[in-house]
Amino acid sequence: MSAATVRRIEWIAVAVIAFALIVLVPLLHANGAISNFWISVFGKWLCYALLAISVDLLWGYTGLLSLGQALFFTLGGYMHGMYLMRMIGELGQYKKPIPDFLVFLGWERLPAFWEPFASFPFALTMVFVVPGVIAYLFGFLAFRSRIKGVYFSILTQALTYAASIMFFRNNLLLGGNNGFTDFKFILGYKLNEPGTIRGLYLATAVTLLLVFLFCRWLSKTKFGLVQQAIRDGENRVLFSGYATAHFKLFIFVVAALIAAVGGALYTPQVGIINPGEMQADKSLEAVVWVAVGGRGTLLGPIVGAISINALKSWATTAYPDLWLIILGGLFILVVLFLPGGIVSIPARLKALAQKLRAKPEAAAPAKP
Amino acid sequence: MSRTPVLSPVRTIFLILAAASVLLVSALRAAPAPSARQLVAEAALAEDAAKKRELIGRLMGQSDPAIAPLLEAWRTDALFVFTAPDGAKIPVQLTGEKDPAGTQAAARIDTGAPLADAAGQPLRLAASALAAVEHTSSLRRAMKAVLDLADLAAPAPAVRIKAILTIGLAQDAEKLPALVARLGVETDPGVIRALRESIAIARLKDADDAVKLTALGELRELNSLASTDFLTRALKEAETAEKPALVKAAKDALRAVEGHRSFVDFFGTLFRGVSLGSILLIAALGLAITFGLMRVINMAHGEMIAVGAYTTYLVQNIFGAGITIPFFGFSLPIFGLNLTGAAYQWYFIAALPLSFLAAALVGIGLERSVIRFLYRRPLESLLATWGVSLVMQQGLRLMFGANNVQVSSPVYLSGNWTVNDIIFGWNRVFVVGFAILIVFGMWLVLTKTPLGLLIRASMQNRTMASCMGVRTERVNMLTFGLGSGLAGLAGAFLSQIGNVGPSLGQGYIIDSFMVVVVGGVGSIGGTIISAFGIGGIDQVLQQYLPSIAPGLTWVPGIGSFLQNLAQDAAVFGKILVLAGIILFLQWRPAGLFVTRSRNLED
Repeated sequence: MSAATVRRIEWIAVAVIAFALIVLVPLLHANGAISNFWISVFGKWLCYALLAISVDLLWGYTGLLSLGQALFFTLGGYMHGMYLMRMIGELGQYKKPIPDFLVFLGWERLPAFWEPFASFPFALTMVFVVPGVIAYLFGFLAFRSRIKGVYFSILTQALTYAASIMFFRNNLLLGGNNGFTDFKFILGYKLNEPGTIRGLYLATAVTLLLVFLFCRWLSKTKFGLVQQAIRDGENRVLFSGYATAHFKLFIFVVAALIAAVGGALYTPQVGIINPGEMQADKSLEAVVWVAVGGRGTLLGPIVGAISINALKSWATTAYPDLWLIILGGLFILVVLFLPGGIVSIPARLKALAQKLRAKPEAAAPAKP
Repeated sequence: MSRTPVLSPVRTIFLILAAASVLLVSALRAAPAPSARQLVAEAALAEDAAKKRELIGRLMGQSDPAIAPLLEAWRTDALFVFTAPDGAKIPVQLTGEKDPAGTQAAARIDTGAPLADAAGQPLRLAASALAAVEHTSSLRRAMKAVLDLADLAAPAPAVRIKAILTIGLAQDAEKLPALVARLGVETDPGVIRALRESIAIARLKDADDAVKLTALGELRELNSLASTDFLTRALKEAETAEKPALVKAAKDALRAVEGHRSFVDFFGTLFRGVSLGSILLIAALGLAITFGLMRVINMAHGEMIAVGAYTTYLVQNIFGAGITIPFFGFSLPIFGLNLTGAAYQWYFIAALPLSFLAAALVGIGLERSVIRFLYRRPLESLLATWGVSLVMQQGLRLMFGANNVQVSSPVYLSGNWTVNDIIFGWNRVFVVGFAILIVFGMWLVLTKTPLGLLIRASMQNRTMASCMGVRTERVNMLTFGLGSGLAGLAGAFLSQIGNVGPSLGQGYIIDSFMVVVVGGVGSIGGTIISAFGIGGIDQVLQQYLPSIAPGLTWVPGIGSFLQNLAQDAAVFGKILVLAGIILFLQWRPAGLFVTRSRNLED
């Protein structure tokens, strides 16, 4: 098979998956074959796929294992969540114009920083600005002092940890433990209507396709090649005259933005966002999706995110006690025995088949 | 005139008086002051309510341990009057088991001896056949006053101090004489201090300015922390009454007390910082070996700590009543030794080596099965060990339940030691001492034993060591076992400080990594310094953040928000420490102590 054929097969696979996700699933939902519950679940998985792509962009393509992507994902979710909270209006339990948890904390008026979130464009801007700025600042400091490898992983984990303990506090005025929930409207549409649910799902699927195409394009540009060269031998790239820190900083911010968009789409579909989503474990879980799906490919994270979450949905109801053992065990096995993930299985099988076919031929001359 | 000896009237009177005084003195010797029991008995028989109250009042300040139970019995209608066949009334208490006829053994109130009939045989009485001694509300109040003061004479100094401070902080002028009386006979220095403090606080309410002045002077001298509120109130009163001398004395006293408070706060913070540093150090030492020396990112390090803590829990149960562990459908019964008392208290000492061994074995198993394949792939070892950590956490949850388990503190680890108002918890002192011991032990192992030599050789240059005939594979295994064992030992100690649950390790893993990274990977000395540095800074921030919180309002836009956040000192302090670490790594990217290497990729 020539490289061109492989590429064609890949494009066909992408087109088939995209068609299924963007056209087929919404049609089946409109038809009633897929329930509201399941289409939201699919939507959630696609949001996770966005998170997985952002992890892979860093880990698989640049060699930076970031354990902070869940933070950017959740920050995006919170920024959108603030808009959704404002849209509840006076329909909350306390029938006050401010969110319930603020009433509960004894606030009479809206704190100033909540004020502009009534505007959707503003909230949308914040979905990008807040995670982007945090990623820029952290990345600037980390890459400037050439923190790399496991140190980078540990520091991103510490960053996420610090943020999560902060978000767990009521004093941050972002809902504390419970986060945001009980959303009612988005852009004037009722959130519990099938049409809105389908619309949100469709938006997620289209976003995922666009992000996929963007990353695909990026990885083929000169920038993408430098990025992959950094993964394979940072010092050589550095000595060739590239300011690797700038490349890494750029990709770190881009990945944070992708994660944030995933989070922003996640909040209305799941109906709740809380600090539990940004704990270190969640970032590592996203890394598992990428590892299982296949890192260093763009299809891998999507396949991994969807398949592991499908497995989770099934296992947490069928074997609730064993789910973590399954997940952990799967992870150990994949790291040890299948570094290329699921998407590498066809190639491996082919190699195996070739080896088997080659063996009799190689053995043949030995016979007299 | 015959010189018959005639007694003159004067001499007669004199002699009579002398005889009377001799008689009186001997009579007094024969019948000393009535005991507490006699007083209660007399009061129970007294007809007149005022007489009863007076008799009860005479119990005030007496130290007889019989008083409290007797009065308690009286108040709960368990004090009876028995009328003997000869008409004598004897107050009694019923004791012991009831027999089928409903009678119980009886004890005389006045002596505490069993009640006997004329023939000397012990009598058994039924409560229903006797009349309970009555008590009115004013009498009950008198009893309560006695009981309050009875603690002043309790044998345990801690009880005395508590009773004394209760009276003092209530500024109860009526009970002041009892305190003063007690001060005359008290010998324990701690109690004397409490007495002086309480007396002075109570005297702040005195009408006489001179008394107040002395009291203020006394409080200043005592640096009494408890008196702050009273001093502030006294200062206000003096200011409104415009008495300059009092105002000055109150201000002086307040200043002295505040100075003492900041002294106590400072050293308390210092101690807490040192003890937190020791905890971090103990938790991070194992990591300093596995991560620092071997460069293996073991995300399951926290679970090694948990293994140590659960081993302690198991040992405790083996010393106690035993335990049954459900394990994937099977249940594994472990029999207990059913020890009690002092022998049981030894469980913690026994648990120390066992938790080391248990975690070391788990660590060696992990190294053999997973980590040895990943020595050249640090990121992968991070991920695989995270998988291991998930599996282990869930395994612990399935075996011991999702809730925290109870690990009791042995007596020698509970309690406090208060010096100059600074409180040192025994378990914390123990952890500090243990941290020193373990560091010393590790230093010995690494520098004075053949194993240590091999470890250092392999870690410095694996290939060269291998060429010289060192079996680096085995050294790796043992080193990882040592690091894991240290984590297990940490778990045994942390079980005394925090909760023991399946996710115990998660709380320490990030801190431990931070400690090692800041100290400089590969440098044990750096780990020690950074543990104490991080612990100290964390405690200082927790102590002083709330006081600077109001000063944060000037920050434009988010001032009130920051102020709000700073009130949450524990969390905000932690965040600041993490931010500080990130900034610190800008300055020293490789940590405090850099292990020099010519390898570009290191």
